Parts: sequence; structure tokens; C-alpha cells
Amino acid sequence: MHSFWKRFARNRQALFGLAILGCILIMAATAHLFFPTDPFSLAGQSMSPPGQNGFLLGSDSLGRDVAAGIAHGAKTSLLIGLVATLVAVLIGVIMGALAGYYGGIVDDLLMRTTEMFQTIPSFVFAILLVAIMKPSIESIVIAIAVVSWPAVARLVRGEFLSLRNREFVQACHTIGMSDVRIMLGEILPNCLSPIIVIGSLMVATAILIESGLAFLGLGDPNIMSWGFQVGAGRTLLRSAWWVCTFPGIAILLTVLAINLVGEGLNDALNPRLRERS
Amino acid sequence: MTRLLDIRGLHVSLPEGAQRPYAVENADFHLDQNEILCVVGESGSGKSLTARAVMGLLPRPHVRVANGQIVFHSEDLATASEPRMREIRGSEISMIFQEPMTALNPVMTIGVQIDEVFRFHEKMSSKERRERALSLLSDVRLPDPEQALKAYPHELSGGQRQRAMIAMALALDPKILIADEPTTALDVTTQAQVLKLIKEMQEAHGTGVLFITHDFGVVADIADRVAVMQNGLVVESGTTDEVLRQPTHPYTQSLIAAVPSLAPRPPRTRSSEVVLEVKHLEKTYRSGGGYFGGKERVVHAARDVTFDLARGETLGIVGESGSGKSTVARCIVRLNDAEAGEILLDGVDLRPLGRAAMRPHRPKIQMVFQDPFASLNPRARVGRIIAQGPILAGANAVTAKKRALELLETVGLDAGAYDRFPHEFSGGQRQRIGVARALALDPEVLVADEPVSALDVSIQAQILQLLDEIRDQMNLSMVFITHDLRVAAQVCDRIAVMRRGEVVEIGPTGMLFEAPRHEYTRELLSAVPGRDWFAAPVEKLAAVSS
Repeated sequence: MHSFWKRFARNRQALFGLAILGCILIMAATAHLFFPTDPFSLAGQSMSPPGQNGFLLGSDSLGRDVAAGIAHGAKTSLLIGLVATLVAVLIGVIMGALAGYYGGIVDDLLMRTTEMFQTIPSFVFAILLVAIMKPSIESIVIAIAVVSWPAVARLVRGEFLSLRNREFVQACHTIGMSDVRIMLGEILPNCLSPIIVIGSLMVATAILIESGLAFLGLGDPNIMSWGFQVGAGRTLLRSAWWVCTFPGIAILLTVLAINLVGEGLNDALNPRLRERS
Repeated sequence: MTRLLDIRGLHVSLPEGAQRPYAVENADFHLDQNEILCVVGESGSGKSLTARAVMGLLPRPHVRVANGQIVFHSEDLATASEPRMREIRGSEISMIFQEPMTALNPVMTIGVQIDEVFRFHEKMSSKERRERALSLLSDVRLPDPEQALKAYPHELSGGQRQRAMIAMALALDPKILIADEPTTALDVTTQAQVLKLIKEMQEAHGTGVLFITHDFGVVADIADRVAVMQNGLVVESGTTDEVLRQPTHPYTQSLIAAVPSLAPRPPRTRSSEVVLEVKHLEKTYRSGGGYFGGKERVVHAARDVTFDLARGETLGIVGESGSGKSTVARCIVRLNDAEAGEILLDGVDLRPLGRAAMRPHRPKIQMVFQDPFASLNPRARVGRIIAQGPILAGANAVTAKKRALELLETVGLDAGAYDRFPHEFSGGQRQRIGVARALALDPEVLVADEPVSALDVSIQAQILQLLDEIRDQMNLSMVFITHDLRVAAQVCDRIAVMRRGEVVEIGPTGMLFEAPRHEYTRELLSAVPGRDWFAAPVEKLAAVSS
């Protein structure tokens, strides 16, 4: 653990990403302290530029506080990103593990199914799913998970394929261990690093998809989100630039931070790449 | 005699935080024209880095020449510029590597790769280049040079690939040839041929050969002079005769003593109780084909394999790669499913048993694997690795732990190993852990698949001794798979020789060595490197004990 942290900390970019991510987390956690009112509520004069009428980052056409929206939206983005990724990783690991471990017909069936999902452009697919299920936070999570698990399944399958023939796995066969125990207890711990890395990067993608859906008006109407803010402000881009810009920057920073952390994790967890710089 | 290479006080530094500051420390030796100098050492002795330093192929900037000179024709290669080194490499000094499959570019034909050597160093017409390449390939006695020019590396066998590498290395008639373990990845009969070829080519061209190896048998066969390295230091050097007959340094003595001799162990009386009987075992591998047709390849890995194993006996299965020896081992422990035949363990046929029906029989037959680095789960502690067998078999955690600690002691590790991870141990220690795991279930039969071939000679001897001890202690029967007849001679009571899936000969070790009936057995025996040097164990033992 200690050496892992040392390796991670050697990467300046990753530390920078971690710092930004930390700030965003604090912002999400303290949103209700600084902005106790509903971010949808009308807080004052509409279309106020940043720094005027008591609005730190201005207000939108209905007089909603942009700063409050960003703070509360952080919660939405992070929550959806995390939950959707967890669900996707869970499905992906199960599918990939079964396909890689058993091979043969199981592999063919599961991988052809996975490919079916991969043939549909993921964002279009997500729109379709949310439109069918009615926009709500659950349906968005499900849609994002459904479009992102194939990548995990592919990765895990590859890892299982190479690990299942390793001698330590065969040794487990010779002592009569059951398949489930071999998969969970022996092989899975050995492919955790790439799963953690792909998972961390998927959080960023999930946040982007969520913002995209909200921008198109497919977000949960009762929950403030960055994508919704950008979408609401897009018609005012020339008269009130701040409505779109600040939530956009928030999305950019979050995704950048998560990607940097993911890269850092990758370098720290994959010892072979450690010396490449 | 012209001096080709003079290495004086060579220091190769390792990056900070490595095990020692210098990979090679104060190395002094020289290479003359028309001679073969063998640099011998175990893994980590710095022998390969020495060779790479001469070629200017050190993995810089982490590893570099810190001090000393490498004088080639009154020019110091340690300080030569990179463009100058490029000129020298290939034309003056060339190199062949251990694994020809990875040293050759898999997407280029052999012809193109040899052609490159000429194109980069000399001006010749393409027709001339092609003729030179052809004559080179016939010099190294590739069976069909025309065909070999057009072949991709994967289309040649290991020995042929190494011949092609040698052709490439000798293309411009270099003054020095550096050979880094060139025969380690080859089968013993192929190794003998390639060694002979290198010797012949060296004599024909008057080349100086710097030959890196870990095998004293190879040294005995090929070397004019020897330098022995240990932990980066050249501990002894001299002519082959001097070093092999009268080693002065204790390390050299111990290394030579650890070389397994070809003299078989004294015969023991064979128990009349047969534990394991394998009858008419058949296994074929099929590849290719697929849902949309295509040509299917069928390989017979085991054809009508029949043998039996008495209690307390060690049966060796010897063969070259692809002979099916590992397949037989894996079929016996039911990692692979054989198609036909019987595997009778205590009278029960294991072959047709399903996974669930096999489970109660699993503990009786256990396996020790080849690669100690791959056979232990890197994420599991040693204690768990050893104890999980008994726990799965129904023992409670306390007894299993007690048993695991006992076993650690049996295999010569201290109890502190219980809570540590595999990566904290050396190769030999890991193999001990592998043995302990196999013993944890109190098996009747132990199947050892090349258990020492990934280890250094000195460690090899220790593991072989350990296997011998536990066999006597626990009255185990052992099936010992190996490609090395020398190792087989040390541990096996009887030996079965396999070729292309068939057992061509089976018999007591002594008889098989003295009067081999099958031609292939004779071929294998005569290919053992250094067999004339290391055939007399009595003398050797006497030398060591004194």
C-alpha cells in the first residue's frame, strides 16, 4: 500500500488530478451548506452577470443561481458516474469472467452478445434507452451501465483467458477447488488492477454521457445537473455566456481530473509501464 | 595469436536501489582470434550484461559502463560513439541470442532479414546479396536454403531458426561472435548440432567467440578457455582443462560439483505393490477448423502410452519438446482429458471420472509445476497457498495451519514464510513452496513436471535432493518429467523415453544408460553436453569431499 502510494505520488499530473477531484468532492458534499435553497428556485434577478446582484457566477434566464446549480449538480454527476460505473463493472466482470474462464461455446455466446451491444453507437443507444424508460435518475444509470459494460467484459475476458492457463490456477484444479472459488479467489484478484483503471476512466465517460443526456433534455427533471444547465443556457450563449460556460468548465475539470487520476492509477498499478518515462 | 578483445577493469553500474551497485565489477579478460571463451555463471551473475556491454547494447541510461575499457583493435568500445558502434555491430562484432523466435522479426522472411545485414553495411547488387545469403544458409546447413529464404521465422523449427540467426551473424565475417545462451532454448539433440555448427564455423572463419552459458556441460564441449562469474565478479578464469579439472575457487568447485552426472543412481529394489497403472493412453490435440470449415491440424500427443509405477518408485519420463511427456503428466492428474485408455490409481480408473467424481481422488495424486514464478498465486500468502488444499478437503483451519507449518519445515523453509507473499522468495524457495503445496494433501503419487528446469544448477541439486528425501520419508511414488537425461539419471529408478507421443523405450535407469535398445535413446544419450567430462561421478565425489 505504502509503495503504491509512493509510485502514484511520483506522477505530478495524477496528484494534480486528485487535488481537483478532491475539491469537486468537497463542493458536492458541502453544496447544501453554502446553497441551502433548492437550485431550481428563483434566487433573484434573471440574467445577472457574474459578480452582480449577489450571484457569484451569475444567474440564468429564470433567475436561478448558476453557482448553486454547479454545486448541486456536482453531486448528481459524481453519483451517476459512480453508480453507473459500478453496475457496468459488475456486469462486465461477470460476463467477461464466464467467457474467459469457460471458453468454447460459453465464450462464443457471451462475446457475440457483447459485440451486439458494441455495434450500436453508445450515446445513441443511451438516448434510446432513456427515451423508452422515461427520464429519471434510475433510467439514466441503467442506460449508462448498459452502454458501458462491454468494454469491461472484453478486458476481463482477456485477463481470464491468459490467467486460466497459468500454473497456479492449474494447481488449484489439482487440489479439487471449485470453479467459482478459482474465479473469485484466485483469478479475479490478479486482474483487479486493470479493472480499477478502466473503472476510473469509465466514471469520466459516464459523467459525459449524463451531461449529454441532460443537455438534450433527457435528464431527470427534478435533479439539477451540469448538462441541464448547459442545455438551458445554450440559447442565451451570446447574451449570457456565463450560463453555459461555468457548468461546461465544471464538466471539463471533472473529466480531466478523473482521467489524470486514472492514468496515474494505471502507471502505479502496472509495474511494467513504470519505467517508461 | 592476435588479441581481438581486451576487457580491462570493466564496471557496469546498476540503477540506484538495485541489489548491488555494479552488475559487473572489475571484470578482466580477453578474447583471442580463433578461440572460444565461455563465460559461465548462474542467473544474476552479470554474464549477459558483460556481453551486452561489448556490443554497446546496455539498457541505458539505467545500466551503463561506469568504468573500465573494452579494447577492440586498439579502440575503446566503452567510449565509442553510437554511429561508430553501429558500424562495428554486425560487421566486426555480431551477436546471437538465446531465443531465436523473439530475436527474429516475425513479420519478415529470413531472406529479407539476412539481406538487411548486407544492405546496411556493404554496397552490393541485389543479385549478389541473394547469392551470398543462399551460400550462408547452406553453410549453416539448413536443409533447403531456397525455401528458407522465403520462410517466416514461425515456419522454421527452433534449431533451424537458430541456424538462420547464426547465418545472419556470420554474414559479414565478423571477427568476434557473441553468443548469449544460444542453445538454452533448444532440445538436447538440436543443441548438440548447433554447438557443433558454431564450433565448425568458428574454426572455418577463425572467429573469436564469446560464449555465454550457464551449463558446464556445454562449456566442456565447446570452450577453449573459461571465465566463471559470480555476483558480477570474475572469480576464476583459465583454460577449459584447468578450470574443469582443477577448479581453484570454491564457487567454481561447487558449480562443477552440482552438475548432475550422467551416471545413474544405484538401483534399489522395486516394491511389488503397483500404485499407478497407465494403459494405452491416447490424447490428440486438434486445432484450426472452426465453424466455417478450414483445415484441421491433428497432433498425437500421446499414443498408446503404457507404464506402471510401484510404491516408493520414481519413474522418469524423458523426451524433447513436443514428445508428449507433459501431456501424459497432465492427463494423469486430470488437468487434461485423455480420449482413451485407463489411468488406474489403486485399482480405480480415473480417466472417465467427471469433475465431481474425481474430487475425492484428487488428494491422492498431486503435481509440482515447472515454473516456480507462475505456479504460485502472486496475490495469495504462502500459508494460504499451502493450507487451502487440506481446507478444501475438509480439514479445519487450525489443523491445516499446523500441517502447513510442518510442511514448511519439511521443505526447508522457516515458519516466517507462512505470512509472506511468493514474490519475496527466490526461485528455489518458491519451488519448495510448490512442493509443500503438493504434499499438503498427503498424496500417494507425486507428478513433477520439469520441476528443476527453470532453476540454476546449484539450486537444482538442492531441489532434487529434497524430492528424494521426501519420497523416502513419505513413501511417495513419483512420476518425474524432464528433458534432461542428467537430471533423470540422478533421481529416477526407471526411465521411459518418449518421442512424438510414443514411449519408445522403458527400463531401469542403469540398464537404459548402459545398453539403450532404441536408436532414439542412443541419440539422446550421445547428445548430452559434456558427457565425457561429467560421466565419472566417483572421481567427482571424491574431489568434492576432499
